[in-house]
Amino acid sequence: MRTALCLAIAVLGTSGGEVAVSHAMKRIGELRSFALRSLLGFLRRAIAEKWFWLGIALLALSFFSLLALLSWEDVSFVIPATALTYVTGALAAKWFLGENLSPWRWAGILLVATGVALVSLS
Amino acid sequence: MTSAKHEWRTYALLVPIVLFSSTGNVLLGKGMKQIGAVRAWSIAALGTLFLKTFTNIWVWLGIGGLLLFLVSFMVALSWADYSFVMPVSAASYALATLMSHWALGELVTPQRWLGVALICLGVALVTRTPASSRGIE
Repeated sequence: MRTALCLAIAVLGTSGGEVAVSHAMKRIGELRSFALRSLLGFLRRAIAEKWFWLGIALLALSFFSLLALLSWEDVSFVIPATALTYVTGALAAKWFLGENLSPWRWAGILLVATGVALVSLS
Repeated sequence: MTSAKHEWRTYALLVPIVLFSSTGNVLLGKGMKQIGAVRAWSIAALGTLFLKTFTNIWVWLGIGGLLLFLVSFMVALSWADYSFVMPVSAASYALATLMSHWALGELVTPQRWLGVALICLGVALVTRTPASSRGIE
């Protein structure tokens, strides 16, 4: 039970966190030049964005949940299981960010998730 | 800005994303292996662990790499879809596997090679789709 709960927090925290950071970046607008001044301005706008901090908080929560999980479960179960974030991330991108996921993109995401699970299985 | 230029810019940013995330993780891994496995959970043991971790040069290089990864990830997300950047940045797993095989001399099992191949195939499929779905709607 606590394994399922921690895994859910780790997976949903990563997807939720990255989606929140992504939303923050879309809100501040795209970086138009890679000049140092424009990059610093971009970072300044990012840290003033509350969605950015919500994202960082969720990513931190997910990280600590993962650490806790690793203290009693095997790495060879935990890390491959976190490959689920590719699927939850894609669903979150569709539902919360309104992104258009074509069948090709879905196929690629599912292959990547399977590949990541295989790479981290030991 | 033309969409061709957009695509070019996205691909150009994927290089630092993949490179910084894999080198950051490999360097952090090297540092943590030097420190050794955590065996005790007493306050004194955790204090020593903390001190060892944050005085290790490889750990700092790893953290630096991961911070650079975060910035390039954020910049890419400022115009590209999350559902594009997320799977494509998984190429870092494939690169980290290759690096740990060549640089750290780790043994890579056939199953892990299969995983690397699936990741490359998946990334190739995702990069066939437009980086931003906002532009086409």
